[in-house]
Amino acid sequence: MAKILKMVAQRLALGLLTLFVVSLIIFLGVELLPGDLAEAILGQAATPETVAAFRRELGLDLPPHTRYLEWLGNMLQGDFGTSLANKRAISELIGVRFANTLFLAATAAVISVPLAVTLGVLAALYRNTLFDRAINVVTLTSISFPEFFVAYILILFLSVKANVFPSISNVSADIGFWEHVYRVILPALTLTLVVVAHMMRMTRAAIINLLASPYIEMAMLKGITRSRIITHHALPNALAPIINVIVINLAYLVVGVVVVEVVFVYPGLGQLFVDSVIKRDIPVVQASCLIFAGTYILLNLTADVLSILSNPRLMHPK
Amino acid sequence: MRELDHYRTMLAAGKLSRRRFVQLATALGASTALATSMAGSALAAPKKGGTLRLGIGHGSTTDSLDPGTFENLYMQVVGGAAYNKLTEVANSGDLVPELAESWDVTPDAKVWTFKLRQGVEFHNGKTMDSSDVIASINHHLGEDSKSAAKAILDPIAEVKADGKNTVVFTLKTGNADFPFIISDYHVAILPAKDGKLDPLSGVGTGGYVIDNYEPGVRTALKRNPNYWKGDRAHFDGAEVLAIVDVAARTNALTTGEIDAMDRVDLKTAHLLARNPNIKIEEVSGTQHYTFAMRTDTDPFTDNNIRLALKHAIDREALVKTILRGHGVVGNDHPIGRSNRFHADDLEQRTYDPEKAKFHLKQAGLSSLKVDLSAADAAFPGAVDAAVLYKEHAAKAGININVVREPNDGYWSNVWLKKPWCAVYWGGRPTEDWMFSTAYAAGVPWNDTYWNHERFNQVLVEARAELDEAKRRQMYFELQKIVRDQGGVVVPMFANYVMGISKKVQHEKLGANWSLDGFRCIERWWFA
Amino acid sequence: MGNFWKLVRSAPPTAIFGLIVIAVYVFVALFAPLLAPYGESEIVGPEFLPGGDEFILGTDNLGRDMLTRLIYGARNTIGIAFATTCLAFLIGGVFGLLATTLGGWVDQLLGRLVDVLMAIPTLIFALLILTITGTSIPVLILVIAILDSTRVFRLARAVSMNIVVLDFVEAARLRGERTWWIISREILPNSMPPLVAEFGLRFCFVFLFISALSFLGLGIQPPTADWGSMVRDNATLITFGETTPLLPAGAIALLTVGVNFVVDWFLHKTSGIRDDK
Repeated sequence: MAKILKMVAQRLALGLLTLFVVSLIIFLGVELLPGDLAEAILGQAATPETVAAFRRELGLDLPPHTRYLEWLGNMLQGDFGTSLANKRAISELIGVRFANTLFLAATAAVISVPLAVTLGVLAALYRNTLFDRAINVVTLTSISFPEFFVAYILILFLSVKANVFPSISNVSADIGFWEHVYRVILPALTLTLVVVAHMMRMTRAAIINLLASPYIEMAMLKGITRSRIITHHALPNALAPIINVIVINLAYLVVGVVVVEVVFVYPGLGQLFVDSVIKRDIPVVQASCLIFAGTYILLNLTADVLSILSNPRLMHPK
Repeated sequence: MRELDHYRTMLAAGKLSRRRFVQLATALGASTALATSMAGSALAAPKKGGTLRLGIGHGSTTDSLDPGTFENLYMQVVGGAAYNKLTEVANSGDLVPELAESWDVTPDAKVWTFKLRQGVEFHNGKTMDSSDVIASINHHLGEDSKSAAKAILDPIAEVKADGKNTVVFTLKTGNADFPFIISDYHVAILPAKDGKLDPLSGVGTGGYVIDNYEPGVRTALKRNPNYWKGDRAHFDGAEVLAIVDVAARTNALTTGEIDAMDRVDLKTAHLLARNPNIKIEEVSGTQHYTFAMRTDTDPFTDNNIRLALKHAIDREALVKTILRGHGVVGNDHPIGRSNRFHADDLEQRTYDPEKAKFHLKQAGLSSLKVDLSAADAAFPGAVDAAVLYKEHAAKAGININVVREPNDGYWSNVWLKKPWCAVYWGGRPTEDWMFSTAYAAGVPWNDTYWNHERFNQVLVEARAELDEAKRRQMYFELQKIVRDQGGVVVPMFANYVMGISKKVQHEKLGANWSLDGFRCIERWWFA
Repeated sequence: MGNFWKLVRSAPPTAIFGLIVIAVYVFVALFAPLLAPYGESEIVGPEFLPGGDEFILGTDNLGRDMLTRLIYGARNTIGIAFATTCLAFLIGGVFGLLATTLGGWVDQLLGRLVDVLMAIPTLIFALLILTITGTSIPVLILVIAILDSTRVFRLARAVSMNIVVLDFVEAARLRGERTWWIISREILPNSMPPLVAEFGLRFCFVFLFISALSFLGLGIQPPTADWGSMVRDNATLITFGETTPLLPAGAIALLTVGVNFVVDWFLHKTSGIRDDK
């Protein structure tokens, strides 16, 4: 156990390093993009004087390394700074939106993870039957449609035709928990359809992969039922790749949902992020990116710890 | 009384606004009460109450309440509800007084004196006077101004108060359109404190008070109980939602989650119109799409090449395919049919591959290969329009290579940089404003890098000319010069197409901007 | 050759269906100019015509023949997706296996590098790079391949991590076999099945990624036809229950199902499970 704690500590330290590198890459990337905030905000109305005045006011006329170091200094003191575009405190701007993003991701995960694992186990259990193939065709078809397309189809049936759910997820702070759930059902279902196939297929593949192992054959020879073999013998050993693919998809649910946010007008972090990149609002881009990166690093670490815990050989290396 | 009857018919036909009718009727001797009741019998009286929910196809989390940096329809509509300007373009297209009561000008069109309306209160309770107006104007001027309106207000040499209720503008050169210029949505009047504005306060004199503002998401507005316009601001409140995805906007309107939307998807407008609860409204204004050639870059330095390209595009086909009929063909100049001095009798340029070939030959060429940069950021359907253009021009021996540029950074990376690119213009309410924004030599947005001596000279002369007939003649000439020698292909003027719930009532819609000249929240009402 | 036919004949019906789908798609992609009734970007009639005698599947938003666009779309889309996925697996697979086999600082370094790449949201990363470099097809392939390879790396590493600690690998190490030998002979064959399953999915994700990019206005240069952009261009019609956008989406779905059926069959074969039906 001490070993794992040590690893966690080590990985957290490395995580901080990763965050630093990410912030540097993003900063450089946004710097390399053509134009800056002044030009992006003024757009067609930019004149050399107004752009210059804008840059002076925001300190964009300082050299990039000065601005980066200043940002880093404030960051280390826990100060996210303010948005260049509208002077709002970034911590405030991001807080609400990140909570929204997590809410949507959690709702989608609650639906999709149990569904995917169950379907995957069932498909492995009844492999090559009609059931297996039907599940495969349905999930594969659902992921071969782009996200916005899945969303439009769900809206068409569940909102425009049946009028069961709202077509836009208009949420605000003053609505209750269940109202919030009700309003994010459609985006959560969309995301479910997008991620289920991936997780389900990996579960199925990982289990089938183990079925040829000698210990499974042994179990079969002993006459244990197939369902028991799969749930008690194969599944525990297939956990590492399954956990991995679940974590990748969870990370996706937090980080990669900007298209769904746009279609459902859901005020999440992704939308804020894209808007800020387009307008070159660097402090907001940096802050959102660090939150995404941090989420990813933590989820990843969780996956690795769980993988090790699930595999005695890795727990006690020779 | 014949005149009065005439006005009533015009009012009923939507050719006259209710306000204007009352003004005219009282001028003819009717009492205000009588005039209002006459207006009421000609039109069903606007009802008070309800919350208007708007879905706007713009809005970004980087938006700010500073009117100097308003850049998209979202903030323009919010600004239209919360702020007033000195003057207003009415739905008829006429300029009417707003916070200014009346104005006067010297014969050289240089010194403009505005009398302010008295007793107007800001949302914070302060009474509006000349110091607020001056601070609001100065917000856009000066070295440190980052306002997008700096360029249009640049002609102001001095602005000073003459007592609490009069403001005097002295211009560097005469400008007959000055009252139009200060109706611009950037030039909102905000309260001053010690001669300075707090541009982010969101406090104005408008019909609605900003209750809750979440940039790029939603804005909640509630009615200003002390609004000085008695016959406006009928809704109790309004909610403005930023719904950038057009399908999401359409769905929200179909399911009744919003009452009105802008920028209807033209491809599906006819399908949306089948919905019994929704009407499609469109107005033809000054919004136009162009393909701007840099006349300082080969091969566009040769006017024959420019003429060849102007003849090599089928405008009718573009209006039909890209705008799905929701617009009119352009005539290679930027003045729209709703402008006062549009040259109606100028011959319409048509698709003529033979003529295009002829001009190519004049330029000493038998074929031509050019790159055309486009992105949907330029205007919706710009890439498709460029692809169609390519097909049309091929018949004239011109090979257009369509380059899809990224949407992101289009205005800083492609526009004004690439030799030939697709451009969107919201249009300007006056001819001078449009021409001096993008066609006068040396101005920053002259995207064709065009410098035409006669054009520049007439433009300056027309600006200070107060005689309408003479001005009309001058602007006709300018339109002809741009059409025949300019570097711009103007294939079409696009309508503003809106989807509105049938519950919502309105008079004739203003054509100067989308959503009733940005003023839908204070002009519309629920049936 | 004989072996191949024997193998195919032993395949389950789903795999044969998949093979037929792939064969037809490849055929269409190769001979697109001969099969298509019109030119790739030729405007042949009014826009949004319903299907009929002249245009079997109708016309698109600019009046181009839908069938022609679909046929050319097969060529462009499949070519790009295939190149991208192969490149992604080459990069991700090799580094993933190297990381587990060598372990130590190589594993750490590669792991952290991939962490950095994966920690940045994909769409944003693509947006940054493509805006800076422009969207030519080679750049598009390279960018998507690099982004995808991080996912492959993680999977390859996770799968092989369980294998590296097995006794036969240990034995090979003790025998003094070289790293490449261990990777190609011991680790790769044993971690193949999950990787192949991933290949089938990744291949199809490329279409979707291109489609998402066209949502942001970066995608394939017009008038080149590709299914991702075709779905996007006609997507609003679905709101009104029109079926036009279903055609390119259906084309992607059919290929996805076909490819994955073949993958499943392969998975079944390599897993070495005796057919217990």
